[in-house]
Amino acid sequence: MSELYKVSSNPHIRSKVTTNGIMMSVIIALMPATGFGIFNFGPRALAVILVTVASTVLTEFLFGLYRKKMTITDLSAVVTGLLLALNLPVTIPLWMAALGGIFSILVVKMLFGGLGQNFMNPALAARCFLLISFPTAMTAFDCDAYTGATPLAALKAGEQVNIMEMVLGRTAGTIGETSVIAIIIGACFLILIGVIDLRIPGSYIVTFVLFVGIFGGHGFDPAFLTAQLAGGGLMLGAFFMATDYVTRPITVKGQYLFGIFLGIMTGIFRIFGPGSEGVSYAIILGNLLVPLIEKVTKPVAFGYGKGGKHHE
Amino acid sequence: MNKAGERLYNGIVKENPTFVLMLGMCPTLAVTTSAMNGLGMGLTTMAVLALSNLFISLLRKVIPARVRIPAFIVIIASFVTIVQLLLEAYLPQLNKSLGVYIPLIVVNCIILGRAEAYAYSNPPIPSLFDGIGMGLGFSFALTCIGAVRELLGTGKVFGCSVMPDSFVPIRIFGQAPGAFFVLAMLVALQNLIKEKRKKAGKSYEKIGSGCSEDCMNCSDKGCSRRFYDADAGDSRKEEKPAEEKTEQEKSADLEILNLEKEEK
Repeated sequence: MSELYKVSSNPHIRSKVTTNGIMMSVIIALMPATGFGIFNFGPRALAVILVTVASTVLTEFLFGLYRKKMTITDLSAVVTGLLLALNLPVTIPLWMAALGGIFSILVVKMLFGGLGQNFMNPALAARCFLLISFPTAMTAFDCDAYTGATPLAALKAGEQVNIMEMVLGRTAGTIGETSVIAIIIGACFLILIGVIDLRIPGSYIVTFVLFVGIFGGHGFDPAFLTAQLAGGGLMLGAFFMATDYVTRPITVKGQYLFGIFLGIMTGIFRIFGPGSEGVSYAIILGNLLVPLIEKVTKPVAFGYGKGGKHHE
Repeated sequence: MNKAGERLYNGIVKENPTFVLMLGMCPTLAVTTSAMNGLGMGLTTMAVLALSNLFISLLRKVIPARVRIPAFIVIIASFVTIVQLLLEAYLPQLNKSLGVYIPLIVVNCIILGRAEAYAYSNPPIPSLFDGIGMGLGFSFALTCIGAVRELLGTGKVFGCSVMPDSFVPIRIFGQAPGAFFVLAMLVALQNLIKEKRKKAGKSYEKIGSGCSEDCMNCSDKGCSRRFYDADAGDSRKEEKPAEEKTEQEKSADLEILNLEKEEK
């Protein structure tokens, strides 16, 4: 053996997938929902989106300057800002949107160590922060295009809703949540290129349908179930928030468990809670349980028996 | 610096019960919805802390080590009762807004902690000033947290509007999550200031109070051993012979080992 082999430490197999690439594909996948939001609610929606994205990116940039470690090129701040903007009502004062952006990046992400260390979804945490801080501004869905309650609130009050309009997205609501079709187009793109899979969204939606069917008081009435599915942030949450790489479980079983938990929690919030919506609270509660879920569902290594004990 | 002044400085800055020792978190987070509530809670605690420290220190030679915790609680509870009756009589508004947290001062860990760590083993006058210093530190911290939360949550400080009319209150700061945010930010801020001043050459070494070790990593030294060691008696006197004994045992063990080696 005269020739010396090249010795290096693992990992030896490297994937071409980069954080940057994944974030870019998520941004592309969000474009249909964003575009529809701007079309639906007018130019002010664009202003809210721009302000939120600018505030998240700027916060990340300034924090990077301060810590002398620039992470702005991974585009995660853009995704957070975009997701946050899609979760805001169009009438929100712009400074509130900016405050939410700063909160999501500074408090939820950077102070815990940056991308990969945040224990809950920054965009959703910022949405809940704004929802608790400014309840009236965050639930005012009256704008030029629509007046009156969101379909979910109307549904909860026992009124009739137009399901066709809900699926298309011509209803009141936050900027990005109204159009099921636009969200599904983006989600299909992400699933096709392999960025997300159906484990979490699938188990989430199936559990939610079962829960609402059993406890919703309308039985498995297709019209009611479709309205519940198409209304509120369920689709946006299931495909874009719950599947966030950092805050979902990494084990396969854990992902199903996570989806089931989210479905049950969303059902409880919507049916038994005082408000008509509960997707964001359900997801950040689920985020908090992720370490526990991962601990319970840790796969057993090859060669080990049940309970992780080694064969004698 | 004389002993009394040193205790005051220690309580307010070096070992601030809220920002450094992280004790008494329950009232810290619960009652600081306004600066006034924070100040009221802090001063009430200070009165109890100073008096209980003084009396425990006076009685330290009479209280047997085995039953000292119940004895401390009885002394503290008496003072809390007195203070609560006084508050009810003269400051009913404050008493109402602090509610159940006044009787809960009995189980405030700052008070029990100072009794255990300082007053039980030090003379009365330094103990009194230790209580006052810790109480002032606690009041200062609670007033700061209360003021920030009141400012952001309602736009007022001590009940006076200070923000312009266009200010929209950020309601989360008036609620429980806001208390955690503000506490974390203030702790971070005071750590930052201390780090800077440390670099400038100012000493922030803690003055040994009680065992002066950190309680989290304390296993067998300091005060925790007194909880488990039933024969502790007056622990401080017994510590030395116990150490000598172990040294003797060690040397005996070594001798046995040597003998075994020789046999082999």
